[in-house]
Amino acid sequence: MQMPEPSARIIGLKSQLIERLLAVLPADAVISDEAETRVYECDGLAAYKCPPLLAVLPSTTQEVADVLKICHDMGVPVVPRGSGTSLAGGAMPTADSVILGVARLNDVLETDYDNRIIRVQSGRTNLSVTGAVEQNGFFYAPDPSSQLACAIAGNIAMNSGGAHCLKYGVTTNNLMGVTMVMMDGTVVEIGGAHLDAGGLDLLGVICGSEGQLGVVTEATLRILHKPEGARPILMGFDSAEVAGQCVSDIIKAGVLPVAIEYMDKLCIEVCEAHAQAGYPLCEALLIVEVEGAPAEIDEQLSLIKDIAQRLNPVELREAQNADEAGRIWLGRKSAFGAMGQVNDYMCLDGTVPVSKLPEVLRRIGELSREHGLDVGNVFHAGDGNMHPLILYNANTPGDLERCEALGAAILKLCVEVGGCLTGEHGVGIEKRDLMRAQYTDADLEAQMAVKDVFDPKWLLNPAKVFPLDATAARRDAA
Amino acid sequence: MTISSDTQLADAIRDAKGPLRVQGGGTRPIGTSGPGEVLSTSGLSGITLYDPGALTIVVKAGTPVDEVTATLAEQGQRLAFEPMDHRALLGTAGTPTIGGVVAGNISGPRRIAVGACRDFLLGVTFVDGTGTLIKNGGRVMKNVTGYDLVKLMCGSYGTLGVLTEVALKVLPIAASETTLTIKGLDTATAVKAMSAALGSPFDVTGVAHEGTDTLFRIEGFADSVAYRTAELTKRLAPFGAAEPVTDSAIRWAAICDVTTLASAPGDIWRISVKPTDAPGVLDRLGQPPHLLDWGGGLIWACVPPGTDVRTALGAGYATCLRGTGHGPAFPPEPAPLAAITQGLRDRFDPRGILNPGLMT
Repeated sequence: MQMPEPSARIIGLKSQLIERLLAVLPADAVISDEAETRVYECDGLAAYKCPPLLAVLPSTTQEVADVLKICHDMGVPVVPRGSGTSLAGGAMPTADSVILGVARLNDVLETDYDNRIIRVQSGRTNLSVTGAVEQNGFFYAPDPSSQLACAIAGNIAMNSGGAHCLKYGVTTNNLMGVTMVMMDGTVVEIGGAHLDAGGLDLLGVICGSEGQLGVVTEATLRILHKPEGARPILMGFDSAEVAGQCVSDIIKAGVLPVAIEYMDKLCIEVCEAHAQAGYPLCEALLIVEVEGAPAEIDEQLSLIKDIAQRLNPVELREAQNADEAGRIWLGRKSAFGAMGQVNDYMCLDGTVPVSKLPEVLRRIGELSREHGLDVGNVFHAGDGNMHPLILYNANTPGDLERCEALGAAILKLCVEVGGCLTGEHGVGIEKRDLMRAQYTDADLEAQMAVKDVFDPKWLLNPAKVFPLDATAARRDAA
Repeated sequence: MTISSDTQLADAIRDAKGPLRVQGGGTRPIGTSGPGEVLSTSGLSGITLYDPGALTIVVKAGTPVDEVTATLAEQGQRLAFEPMDHRALLGTAGTPTIGGVVAGNISGPRRIAVGACRDFLLGVTFVDGTGTLIKNGGRVMKNVTGYDLVKLMCGSYGTLGVLTEVALKVLPIAASETTLTIKGLDTATAVKAMSAALGSPFDVTGVAHEGTDTLFRIEGFADSVAYRTAELTKRLAPFGAAEPVTDSAIRWAAICDVTTLASAPGDIWRISVKPTDAPGVLDRLGQPPHLLDWGGGLIWACVPPGTDVRTALGAGYATCLRGTGHGPAFPPEPAPLAAITQGLRDRFDPRGILNPGLMT
């Protein structure tokens, strides 16, 4: 993975920078020792590493503003970091950058059940937002797989999704306002407890901008009352095409499950070996979950079962109680861990139109054979957000490069059928140089123009999202 | 000037010698822009792609909303954000277009439950102020590839670019609906009752207060609607007896289009606030004729001409839709945000020719 050459000028400023940062931050919030900065050398995309020049851990919006103002004055790039769970390298530093971690910004500032909002500092973890309101029966809907660890700041940066977004939407649909610090230290308030923007929807473009437009320190989030109950049903089919047909038929029938998850045979086998969830060893497995009171669930599941029966499933298993529901989810929820035990893998994140799922699964199989690497498929089928897992061996020379080549081919396929490179993980460094497969130079220029406005010196997370050659002139001018 | 292709539109903008007034159906003349040649997108019409199994439709910007709605209805689907038709309230004629809905981020009562137009907008194609054709987003429901200019375009009223095509997520039409009403609540109590409904697990898809009626809509499969209606009735008992109305669809169409205020004399303001702030705002405005939607989060108020509604607000914003109002029609922004907005306008429309001054 190519990254820009670190600036000797900036590296030479290290001691001066430390001195200035210590004037605005407590001593334990400035991390400069090389053994300690190594903690921040990578994120969830662990194949690529580089320790930062420094890391800082501010505790207040004012401290974030002070840090950014200093870095802005000195022309030092800043890489914002939530919990470091990005699968796209969104929080990977360069040797001449300061990591700005928001981990110490983790308070709940306000809960308001009448208006159904919670205001939190952005370093708070996703699951602990729900934790703060569940005693009153409420929850925060976006549920990325990493929700135990991932921070709201990172969720906003990547516009994170999750298994249940078919019904509840992704981060951008549940984010109502932010306090954000611009690179020059200006603090702005955007949105709040009211709905929609009166002027341009700046909140909409900030969400998903991968930490390139500002550092969000506080967020107003929509909370919802929990449904009365939920129940999954498991279905096995002997072909990917039929499973894909089933997804499409369910959606067309007017049922709106909260989740439709898909696993292929390779994933089923690995998960069974790992978690013994009792899955049928078939070509394609669907887990469909619906919500509501018991009678409402029965009504929806009977419609779904009718649809599935018409397609001759090899297995159709409805959870009769919480224990059985847990077992149905067990394999799916352990999928990524189980795959990691048997192999190194790269997890892709392309999205395709739901109607193209069977075709895309077939062609991924062909590409897998061509490149000589196995691919497992486990993903959110209801919204077409695929997660092909390419298995490779990091210790075999050349395997990572073959894996990258296969990954690129699969993502180009997703774009070709009308989809996109990334549905919920973000571009980061991982898909940066594939952006031209989806966008023209004019399309990319329009996006970069937005960064020009928010961060004219291109100091915030500068070497991400856009192809390096497209941003070179802007970064060099900084 | 009427346009019939993307390239023709790009040429027209690139070659424009002066300001342009971008127009879809011309049914939502909100705010005032300076003089300029009318650029109509009504020639960019037609459904490019409809994939009911993927809940997506791709439509040329000038396509009439009715055409989109009718096409979706054939497959039992709809634009779930329930876009408002402004013709009655603003006294306009013409044919509302889907591009106009997107350009104004126009949403109706169901917005409180399922999201606004901006939440259903998956992709856009537009021509910026230099005449460059730009695509952003796509037609899939989850897409974080690059910056979300889709949201930026939604609600930008043609000031950053002229939409040529939009991709929207659609949802199934509910199999049935029931609306409950409680009569005689004052606005403060009505907002409390609406908060109780929205904070319940019963998936309320509309909560409005109009005149003597506070209304609660429940949609879905028949058995489910019956169950939730009964449960909600119990939940609302402390506020009064909730009774089903017999004309649910008609009531919500009227709320969506704010028809009760159409003939009221005065300026019409659309005010977005934190729902529990609504009663205080109405008190400070002297209880003018009004309609509360979105559980109180959206106030439609009809006030004497020239009233400065914004002094009655805390957080939130107000837009003047009809009348000369007081101050600009679109809400002024604090200085740092105004600077960002101006920066974006300078980049997307460097000559300042697209609806100049409309949103400022």
